[in-house]
Amino acid sequence: MGVGIEVSNLNAWYGSNHTLQDINLNIPANHATALIGPSGCGKSTFVRCLNRMHETNPVARVTGSVRMGDLDIYADAKPVEIRRRVGMVFQRPNPFPTMSIYDNVAAGLKLNGFNNRHALDEIVEKSLRNSALWDEVKDDLRKKSGASLSGGQQQRLCIARALAVDPEVLLMDEPASALDPVSTSKIEDLIFQLKSQYTIVIVTHNMQQAARVAEMTGFFLNGRMVEFDSTQKIFTNPRDKRTEDYITGRFG
Amino acid sequence: MSRVQNTLRNQWRSLADLAATSIAVLSTILVIAPLVAIFVYLIYKGASSLNLAFFTQVPKPVGEEGGGMANAIYGSAILLGMASLIGVPIGIGGGIFLSEFGRGTKLANAIRFTADVLNGVPSIVMGIAAYSLVVVPMHHFSAFAGGVALGIMMIPTVCRTTEEMLLMVPHVVREAALGLGVPNWRSVLSITVKTASPGIITGCMLAFARVAGETAPLIFTAFGNAFWSTNLNREIAALPLQIYVYAISPYDDWHRLAWAGALVLIVLIVLAVSLVRFVTSRGVLKGAN
Repeated sequence: MGVGIEVSNLNAWYGSNHTLQDINLNIPANHATALIGPSGCGKSTFVRCLNRMHETNPVARVTGSVRMGDLDIYADAKPVEIRRRVGMVFQRPNPFPTMSIYDNVAAGLKLNGFNNRHALDEIVEKSLRNSALWDEVKDDLRKKSGASLSGGQQQRLCIARALAVDPEVLLMDEPASALDPVSTSKIEDLIFQLKSQYTIVIVTHNMQQAARVAEMTGFFLNGRMVEFDSTQKIFTNPRDKRTEDYITGRFG
Repeated sequence: MSRVQNTLRNQWRSLADLAATSIAVLSTILVIAPLVAIFVYLIYKGASSLNLAFFTQVPKPVGEEGGGMANAIYGSAILLGMASLIGVPIGIGGGIFLSEFGRGTKLANAIRFTADVLNGVPSIVMGIAAYSLVVVPMHHFSAFAGGVALGIMMIPTVCRTTEEMLLMVPHVVREAALGLGVPNWRSVLSITVKTASPGIITGCMLAFARVAGETAPLIFTAFGNAFWSTNLNREIAALPLQIYVYAISPYDDWHRLAWAGALVLIVLIVLAVSLVRFVTSRGVLKGAN
C-alpha cells in the first residue's frame, strides 16, 4: 500500500544555486499527484529530494524534513533504504543495456542480494503484468535485451523494474516526455491503475496529462511552490494569478 | 537559367561525393596495407620452416640443423600470463578509481598523469626498472622478473582505457541503479563496469598484444634460455627474444627459424585475442546496442 508524504520547509541547493525554497506540502497516499511548472522551476529537484537522489550530486545540499508515514527520510534512514521504498522512473527510458528483460526487472532485488529463483520468477511476472508489458515480452524474457525494446516498452520496463522492489511511493520524472502519443496513453492508463497500490508523484510538462491522471496538482515557479490543490481547482479556478497565467498559456 | 545552374551544382556535388568516398577508401587501404604486407611476407619467409619440430623441440646447438622454439612459445605464454595477472587487475582497478570514486580529486589527477607518463616510458627503461626492482634483490634473472616488467607496461594502457570506457557509460544508467536502492559500490561493479566491459576487454587485449611483442624489457629480466625451463625462478625463453637472437646470428638456418618465429608470434597473438573475444562475447545478448 502507498503511504502519504509530508514535506515541511524543504530547501535544496546545487552549489550556491538555491533551487528549492521553503516547500511545504502533503502528498496524499494512494493518489496521483502532478507537479507542473516551466523548465528549471525545481520540480525535478523536488522529486529527487523525495528519494534522496538529489544528494548523489556532490555539490547538492538539502535542509528541512520529508516524512513518509512515521519515518523522517533524512533523519531516520540511509539513502539506499529510502530508495528501495520510493521507486523512481526517469525522463528517458534507461534499461540496463547489458541485461535481458528478465534481469532488468529482477535487478533491484538481485543487486540487493535477493536470490530466491522461484520467488524472483513470480515477482518478475507480477511486475511486468502490473506495468502492462507482460503480454508483449513474455516469450523473450531471457532472450532479448532490455535495450532492444521500443522506447515506450523500455519505459514500461523501467516501471516494472521500479515496481519489482515493492516500493510504497513511485516518483515519475516526466515519464512520457520522450514517447509518442500511443505509448504516452499507455503510461497514463498505467498510472491510473497503479495508484490503487502506490502513492504516485508525477512531474510533467504536459498540463493535459496532469489533468488526466492526477487528483492533486502542485504548481512550481522559480524554486517555490506557488499553489497546491485538487487538480480540478488548479485547472478551473486557481487562487494565484501566476498559476492562472501558466495554465492559460500566457507564459512558460 | 536556374535549371542549368542546378545541374552544374548537382554535378559538382556528385564529384565532391566521389572524391570524399575515394579518399576514405584509399585511407582504409593504406591502413590495412602494411598489416597485410607484413603478414604475407612473414608467411612467404617463415611458413616453409614451420613443421612439427618447430613446436615440439628446443633450439639445437650451433652447427646442428633443425630444432624448434617450443621453449620460447611456452616461455612467452608464461610471461604474458604473469604480466596479465599483474597488469589487468591493477589497471582495471585504477581505471575504476579514476572514473567512479576519485573523479576530480587531486589523487586521481596525479594517478592519471603518472599513467600517461608511464605509457610513454621506453620499454628498455621498463626492463632496467624491473632489473633493479626484482633481478638485483633476487641475484639472478627470472621469468618472474620478466612478467613484472611486462605487467607494469600493461598497467597504463588498461587503466586509461578502462577509465575512458567507464566515462562513456551514460549517467542515466548509473542513476537507474542508484534509484533502485542499490549501494554505490555494487552499482559500479555490477552495472557500470559490466556495461563498459566490451570496451575494457578491448583495452586489455590492446595492452596484451602490445607487450606480447616486446623484446627490450626481457633482455635484463627473463634473459632467455636455450633449454626447456618451467621454473618461474629461473631464466626463461620468450619468442621475441629468440627471434632477436636468431635474426642477428650469422646462420641462414637460424634466420629462417627467426622468420618462422615471427609468424608464429603474430598468429598466436591473433588467436589469443580472438579467443578472449569469443569467450567474453558469448554471454552478450542479441540486440544489445
